[in-house]
Amino acid sequence: MTKTFTLDGKVIPFEEGETIMEAAAAAGVYIPHLCHHPEFKPHGSCKLCTVNIGGRLGAACTNRAAEGMKVESETEALNADRRALTQMLFVEGNHICPSCEKSGNCQLQAVAYHLGMLTPHFTHFYPARDVDASHPDVLLERNRCILCELCVRASRDVDGKNVFGIGGRGIKARLIVNSASGRLADTDMSVTDRAAEVCPTGAIIRKRHGFTVPIGQRLYDHHDIAEVPVAGMERPKK
Amino acid sequence: MPAQDVCDLPGIVARWHRDPANLVQILREVQESCGTIPSDTLDQLAKLLDVPRVRIESTASFYAFFHAESHGAYEILFSDNIIDRMAGKEALKQYFCERLWLEPRKLSEDGLVYVDDTADIGLADQAPAMLVNGYAIPSLDKARLDLVAELIRARKPLAEWPPMLFEVPDNLCKPGPLTGEAFVPGAALKAALARGAEATLAEIDASNLRGRGGAGFKTATKWASCRKAEGEAHYVVCNADEGEPGTFKDRVLLASHADLVFEGMTVCARVIGARLGLLYLRGEYRNLLEKLKSVLARRREAGLLGQNILGEQGFDFDIEIHLGAGAYICGEESALIESLEGKPGKPRNRPPFPDRCGYRNQPTVVNNVETFACAAKIAERGGAWFAALGTPQSAGSKLISISGDCKRPGAYEYPFGVTVRQILIDCGAEDAHAVQVSGPSGTCISFREFDRRIAFEDLATAGAFMVFSRERDMFEVARNFTHFFAHESCGFCTPCRVGTSLLRNIMDKLAAGKGSAYDMNEMKHIMHVLRGTAHCGLGHTAANPVVQTMEKFPDAYEKRLKRLDFEPAFDLDGALQTARLITGRDDEWAHLADD
Ligand SMILES: Cc1cc2nc3c(=O)[nH]c(=O)nc-3n(C[C@H](O)[C@H](O)[C@H](O)COP(=O)(O)O)c2cc1C
Ligand code: SF4
Ligand code: SF4
Ligand code: FES
Repeated sequence: MTKTFTLDGKVIPFEEGETIMEAAAAAGVYIPHLCHHPEFKPHGSCKLCTVNIGGRLGAACTNRAAEGMKVESETEALNADRRALTQMLFVEGNHICPSCEKSGNCQLQAVAYHLGMLTPHFTHFYPARDVDASHPDVLLERNRCILCELCVRASRDVDGKNVFGIGGRGIKARLIVNSASGRLADTDMSVTDRAAEVCPTGAIIRKRHGFTVPIGQRLYDHHDIAEVPVAGMERPKK
Repeated sequence: MPAQDVCDLPGIVARWHRDPANLVQILREVQESCGTIPSDTLDQLAKLLDVPRVRIESTASFYAFFHAESHGAYEILFSDNIIDRMAGKEALKQYFCERLWLEPRKLSEDGLVYVDDTADIGLADQAPAMLVNGYAIPSLDKARLDLVAELIRARKPLAEWPPMLFEVPDNLCKPGPLTGEAFVPGAALKAALARGAEATLAEIDASNLRGRGGAGFKTATKWASCRKAEGEAHYVVCNADEGEPGTFKDRVLLASHADLVFEGMTVCARVIGARLGLLYLRGEYRNLLEKLKSVLARRREAGLLGQNILGEQGFDFDIEIHLGAGAYICGEESALIESLEGKPGKPRNRPPFPDRCGYRNQPTVVNNVETFACAAKIAERGGAWFAALGTPQSAGSKLISISGDCKRPGAYEYPFGVTVRQILIDCGAEDAHAVQVSGPSGTCISFREFDRRIAFEDLATAGAFMVFSRERDMFEVARNFTHFFAHESCGFCTPCRVGTSLLRNIMDKLAAGKGSAYDMNEMKHIMHVLRGTAHCGLGHTAANPVVQTMEKFPDAYEKRLKRLDFEPAFDLDGALQTARLITGRDDEWAHLADD
């Protein structure tokens, strides 16, 4: 007999060891998320996937599903918290959605749409962050980095290269690369690396690919991110 | 004094077994011998340890005490808890800087001195205090600073400074079962060995001992679970990070009762079957290192550590000391383990908890210093003796670190259940108005609540007790704590990384007289998000000081509110200043009306 739990009243089957996020995704149910990606080890840092697990709040991407568990996700209260977290990510960096080449394909932007975020609400930090255009094929735009560590995990666990890391701490945390000069060009990053594709925002961009699909014709221009139950550029449900 | 540029990297790396897990220790030694951790050192370390440079860099850039730029031959860090400020720290720092002709956060022109602030250094009973090249100097006044300035001008190596400068008295004002009774090293271990591991665990269980690090988890449950857990090795970790501002009771235990602590760790090792113990000593307690090492050496000689302890075949256990490097979050047990493994101190995802998957992913007991001291006493005198002290849910005694507006700051040991009022009488705090119990992450109580009791049933505490008199501005207290949390957030999760900085900025806005009721609501909103979504205890509690003082001392906030609706953080008229300079205009029309 398969085990199940309920998510917003819906019965979700799961296998022992699966997280709430994994089971929900397999059942085609979207839980907002940014730092999660099914191919990589759960991280649990963005906290957008915070759900109510039997009265206690926890991240759906790191908490395991358990038999008979009652999980709430699509509540107004939780979505309000998620909106606040998204707004925090927006004011922490420097985001220029209308002119960003990732517009329409950006998960941060798409989650903001999904949650009905209309303004950044909080006071902007306007941090001074370096743009690194040194690499021939890949652009690093740290102003749009949300520190989800997907590139860190992809480079370490899939590419076996350790090109990326997080330096500093607190609000000064920043994306660093594996070279003495601090420049991406001096790492062994290659445009074919998995790490070049996973970024949920416009922080890692492949050069000379911008606008190949015009803004307005991109994934999230036509689909709510909820129709793309697992992270990234997978095919929409319907 | 650091001998600049003579850094024997291969030697240091070899001393730490070329093990990347010891990276924080390696970086500490590099910093101690070179004064800095220059960029090319990171490359050399990466080669010597055979790990990517980016890993070294993320660790090196995480800890407050590591820096790549020179801080000169003498790095002076003033402790910046609110208690230090109340004791005149700001004025003294200014005095010191003027004497040496320097500016904070700027290396002096001769490359000799660097002055900055640091978070509370565990000397609140001897505030203001500071660190010189990592070594604490308490009870600062002009005379002591004059002496320090002279020594620096004469370029005297730190080793030749008068030892009295670094003397840190215990200020033990009220002894109890842990601090007041003589302890014969080995007494607890002998009793434990006679009883056997299983029965010793049963005594700990019967004692009802709960962890003294704040959360109050039942110690026997933790030990039993770790004992049962399968693994290649088991570890005992003593959490001596003591980063909570206003807390210094573990420092007193380590300074004068180290045998009790190490013996508690050894009893634990016996129960869970560990061969290695680690003491995670906060960097701020560097003064204690040599003394603690000599206690360990003495215990090895006495057969209380090492192989076949007290003649018991196969009972092998030893203790290593790891020094922290300036990061409050490393007190959180899973962040502490990450730090022990040479990584930035970021809390792990739990479960699994350390008792099943801790240091090097093996079953690990992490306990507070005082918990181990209690465990040793229980092993020696039995669980029933301990359970008879205190209250039903809080057995035993509690060490309290008292500081602030009182006549006799210092360490006090009470049975659990003592009232705040009683403590205030004992320490001489007649005009107390508020007490911050258990540090910024704890509870702020007003004079109306002084009959409350120190116990897990009421006011749980890790041990801090900061007293504020009627004259103190509780808004400034909360603002200082908000800066602390923003500085100490590890940056891992969104709500805390951003939320603590937003809180700090709003408190600064209020302090600048630009706040409104809108900002007060905003802080409550951020608190709500932090409580619900933050990854660890730091984020969960980071807004407590603001919200509790708002509730209990509303006047302190109201008098700062400029308007009730909204007030921008920036000064609109001030923003036009550059334009006025360029145009050479300063007439009435070049200014915005100030209402
Ligand atoms: C942000 C944070 C800081 C902490 N700092 C300390 C500390 O300095 N010392 C300590 O013993 N426990 C600290 N703790 C609690 C530890 O995580 C852990 O609960 C404790 O060491 C367990 O020991 P105990 O059971 O003996 O109390 C901290 C927890 C958090 C969330
Ligand atoms: S660069 Fe992209 S993938 Fe990497 S941490 Fe930043 S946002 Fe995440
Ligand atoms: S709550 Fe703060 S300290 Fe804890 S993990 Fe998140 S960022 Fe780090
Ligand atoms: S915390 Fe779960 S997706 Fe980011």
